[in-house]
Amino acid sequence: MFPSRFDLIVAETISDAVQAKADAGEGGRFLAGGQSLIPMMKMRVAFPEKLIDINRISGMDAIERSNGHLHVGALVRHADVAASDAAFGAIVAAAPWVADPLVRNRGTMCGSVAHCDPEGDWNSVLLATGADVVARGPGGERPIPIGEFVDGAFTSSLAEDELVVGLRIPVPAGRSGGAYLKLERKIGDYATVAVASHLELDDSGAIAAAGLAMTSVNPINTKVVDAEALMVGQQPSAELFAEAAELAAAAAEPRDDVRGTAAWKRQVVRTYTKRGLAAAAQQAEGS
Amino acid sequence: MEITVTINESDHAGDVEPRTLLVDHIRRTVGLTGTHIGCDTTSCGACTVLMDGRPVKSCTVLAAQADGAEVTTVEGLKTADGLHPIQSAFTDDHGLQCGFCTPGMMLVGASLIAENPDPSDDEVRWAISGNLCRCTGYMNIVKAIRTAAARTAAAASESNGS
Amino acid sequence: MSAPTTPAEIGGIGHSVQRKEDARLIEGQGNFLDDIELPNTLHMAILRSPLAHARINGIDSSAASALEGVVAVVTGELMDQHGLAWMPTLSGDTQAVLATDKVRYQGQEVAAVIATDPYIATDALELIEVDYEDLPPVTTPQQSLGEGAALIRDEKEGQTDNLAYTWETGDRGATEAAFAQADRVVTLETHYPRSHPAPLETCGILADVNSVTGQATIYMTSQAPHAHRTLFAMVAGLPEQNIRIVSPDIGGGFGNKVPIYPGYVVATAASLLIGQPVKWVESRTENLISTGFARDYYMKGELAVTDEGRILGLRVNMLSDQGAFYSDAQPSQFKAGLFHVVTGSYDFGAAHIDCKGAFTNKAPGGVAYRCSFRITEASYLIERLVQNAAYEVGIDPAEMRLRNFIQPEQFPYETATGFVYDSGDYPTALRTALDEAGYEDLRREQAEARAEGRLIGIGIAHFTEAVGAGPSRTYDIAGLKMIDSAELRVHPTGKAILKLGVKTQGQGHETTFAQIVAEELGIPATDVKVEHGDTDHTPYGLGTYASRSTPVGGAATAVVSRKLADKAKKIAAHLLEAADEDIELDSGVFSVVGSPDRSVTIQDVALAAYTNLPEGMEYGLEDVTYYDPPNLTYPYGSYIVVVEVDPDTGVWEVQRMVALDDCGVRINPMIVEGQICGGLTEGFAMSAMQWITFDDDGNCIGANFMDYLVPTAWETPRFELLATEVPSPHHPIGAKGVGESATVGSPAAFVNAVIDAVAHLGVRNIDMPVLPDRVWAAIDAAS
Repeated sequence: MFPSRFDLIVAETISDAVQAKADAGEGGRFLAGGQSLIPMMKMRVAFPEKLIDINRISGMDAIERSNGHLHVGALVRHADVAASDAAFGAIVAAAPWVADPLVRNRGTMCGSVAHCDPEGDWNSVLLATGADVVARGPGGERPIPIGEFVDGAFTSSLAEDELVVGLRIPVPAGRSGGAYLKLERKIGDYATVAVASHLELDDSGAIAAAGLAMTSVNPINTKVVDAEALMVGQQPSAELFAEAAELAAAAAEPRDDVRGTAAWKRQVVRTYTKRGLAAAAQQAEGS
Repeated sequence: MEITVTINESDHAGDVEPRTLLVDHIRRTVGLTGTHIGCDTTSCGACTVLMDGRPVKSCTVLAAQADGAEVTTVEGLKTADGLHPIQSAFTDDHGLQCGFCTPGMMLVGASLIAENPDPSDDEVRWAISGNLCRCTGYMNIVKAIRTAAARTAAAASESNGS
Repeated sequence: MSAPTTPAEIGGIGHSVQRKEDARLIEGQGNFLDDIELPNTLHMAILRSPLAHARINGIDSSAASALEGVVAVVTGELMDQHGLAWMPTLSGDTQAVLATDKVRYQGQEVAAVIATDPYIATDALELIEVDYEDLPPVTTPQQSLGEGAALIRDEKEGQTDNLAYTWETGDRGATEAAFAQADRVVTLETHYPRSHPAPLETCGILADVNSVTGQATIYMTSQAPHAHRTLFAMVAGLPEQNIRIVSPDIGGGFGNKVPIYPGYVVATAASLLIGQPVKWVESRTENLISTGFARDYYMKGELAVTDEGRILGLRVNMLSDQGAFYSDAQPSQFKAGLFHVVTGSYDFGAAHIDCKGAFTNKAPGGVAYRCSFRITEASYLIERLVQNAAYEVGIDPAEMRLRNFIQPEQFPYETATGFVYDSGDYPTALRTALDEAGYEDLRREQAEARAEGRLIGIGIAHFTEAVGAGPSRTYDIAGLKMIDSAELRVHPTGKAILKLGVKTQGQGHETTFAQIVAEELGIPATDVKVEHGDTDHTPYGLGTYASRSTPVGGAATAVVSRKLADKAKKIAAHLLEAADEDIELDSGVFSVVGSPDRSVTIQDVALAAYTNLPEGMEYGLEDVTYYDPPNLTYPYGSYIVVVEVDPDTGVWEVQRMVALDDCGVRINPMIVEGQICGGLTEGFAMSAMQWITFDDDGNCIGANFMDYLVPTAWETPRFELLATEVPSPHHPIGAKGVGESATVGSPAAFVNAVIDAVAHLGVRNIDMPVLPDRVWAAIDAAS
């Protein structure tokens, strides 16, 4: 299988890339790792007229902490995230389970975020940790909270002429922990169900901030807001997490498909929420 | 478009269509057919090459993206000193049957050993989990990669000692 | 295991000789189909039906034909003009090459583009417009044979329903009598789901037909090049002597590369018409959606048992989903392959098997996927039934088997369905595997875990395979008797070339078969070059599938080696000035009985064969054998799997897998173990994740490696291998074949283990693949 014909524009700078995208209009697409886009082009379900390759733009390949945030550049590959000392909690937990080792060497975290595949892992992690997507357009840079960025399945609120140049993920100041539990049928598979958990504890050991988000069980990656609200201010406990798990299971809207029944997927949400929150709490308590 | 890719330490300049996949460029234009194609969905890893040292699936990279890159294929594993330890280990431990996945498996194995001189069974299995094999059940692939690691480490300590 | 009789430098039977084929493969110098380049080669791409069932009202290929780089667009209409729109299948049916009247499954071949470049050929496919008129799809065999189903094969004369075949065997009356005596009847209804061999290299062809000379050189991913040559001659009407099939290095076959596919016929016809070589290499999607599926058996098994756990009889009703064409690659006398081996490893007198197959709007196939013609389904059914019978009777599943095994002294043993098992010691095999697994401790751990709310399961399967088809009185494919051949020539320097009718796809024939010659003649295995796959340069044979290479081709190799040994002894006698009958041969040294210092080597004899012969003897040291096996061979094994099931999610993990195989004499133990590990993995895959399914519209789910799940190293269990060795009494070297044993035997072991983990809750069946949601639902329903 082979892609249909397209023009390739190799951008040297962010502004070149943004300009090329503005010029290309609807037929233009950015190419970073290409690990989702190129297979779609080979299957001929995607056929951009112009591809704007951003891989040669310098200065976008760092993953580092500054000013209380973890900054992830647009060319940071999944493998770089997995190997990074700067990453934390649910990010560390999720990185090894994205795709497979070779795809992780090439695919980028930002590209995956921008792809907005509801079966993709990263947007749940970003929802749980409260991250911003940093977009650059002709008018400059703007942060977009991840909840506003994800607009629907495979659609974001990014303007036509905007490029995702990075992610900004708040680094918890105090004790924190996270988990990403993913049920996949095999390595390289999308999640059948996955749950991202993020907990921050205050000095008393009570939950100061909670993040919980789910992959593959809703039309988009979904933050379980009521479960998060329930947990804040409470001491971590199995009972609390079981209650949060019920809220997560109720918020999930899975469908019957070849991966399994909706009832079972909801059960996995329940189980993985309990287990994920327990793991996050344990990590936070030990941090 | 004009590109130059360094494949197995020699430069290959040529004119490619933007849509040409790296694997097709390597196989059809450069003529190195040791890199195989086993699927359409970036799932099997038969097309694995090292690109600037990292194993990637060359069916999911445009040839144009490899312009200026250093690519190693299975044909580049052997050096003037002889077979790469991963190659002899695959033979010694019966790490291949039909041989179709083998180039990819060996390149991933070689890359793993370069980073981790003593990988555990689990670490090897994790590293090759982007590559499919239908013949071996992986047992002897894992064994061969670990053998190659041990031999590489032994050779290194010997040369350090001397 | 018996020790090798030859020294390591000769490398005869029993030595783990390193593989000769590795040298080229580890350096990227293999020669696979897509690696072959001929001048002026054109590339073919196939347009496939997006619909499962639709009438074709018209095809407009004008825009595709006009695309720069496109040389031709081939439709069914064009093929029909040459009498090639339809072709015969290996099961006596016909199959569309390119659809002319209607499409009968999603992925069916509708048209083909021949272009200068594969990218352009693919572009052109998008420009072909097909006017389809929807017809109602038939997606299950039950629906197919029920009231009101659309007639799929309306073109087939006399066909008024969707029944593909019926077949029965066994003794109905005796079976009813056995059931009348039973204390209880244990019933299992299960679906062995549709699977696909999915070798890592897809199928392909490079057809080079010279329109002047009529010579057709066809490079093809073929497990059976000679049979394919004959079939090409029959289908395309080409003179057989002008057809040369070359099957180069093959990237795995597993049964996928046995049939002739429409793409081969179109590419060959296109090359003939255009006068240039035409190459077609399947994409993975094409491979999975259209070529040779396997299994898809709906089975109902009933076991008549006594309260003491004795099996009295077996009754099986089977309904197969054949897809749109009945094209099982199987011996012609058997409509359901060797499914009647379903009596398994057990001694009971009565069985009756009733089979029928239905056409559906799915891809045809029915290939023997790493299996000797439907034995995998049979082995699964009996081993699942016996396990359930143990639960119902209330005895241990291992004990249940031990009480019913055919005993060693009963061999040769004729089963209730007519197989004559040649040899075996089943109780020793099972006991050895149980001991290695620590069975009693495992049962104790299981009980302790249950008390803690954890679910541990121990699954057993003891399979018997019938492989090496087969004796000419019973086995043929398309009328061709299932013999196989070996031709051996020893050159003056003592180096040999062995030519085979069988063809490796990764099994290591170039090494193993050289070892047989080494064993018989004492020529070092490294000095024996093995040639195979090129029909102009090898003797006729039916090919490699159904574990028949060693049982048939291996036997031929031993026999031809012995023919040469006989002649060589006469030459040695001449050289040693001794009587023929006084010469003995041991590891390549001919000596005079009683005077071991009077000796010559096989190399001396080889030179003499061309230089210094006894009076009246013909020059040369060369012969050929066509081997007609007296019986099948019957490898068997005992597999034990331990799993832990997560009660909250239904996810299960294999903790241990102990596999004992008895494949008789092991020619190359290293290669044998490699075969077993591969087979176990495919068995695990089928039990856990690997299947092809369809939605209600007949859309194939599983047409790529994102949906058709092939396990990676991460999911694949570790295997602990054991062996016993009961040689086949009728095979010249006592070998039985092993390539498929593990795929046949292991699915039941994995499934039995999961069932065993939840059997105390009353669960008796979960269909494959044993997906976690099915496990969880079964637990949920039981508790």
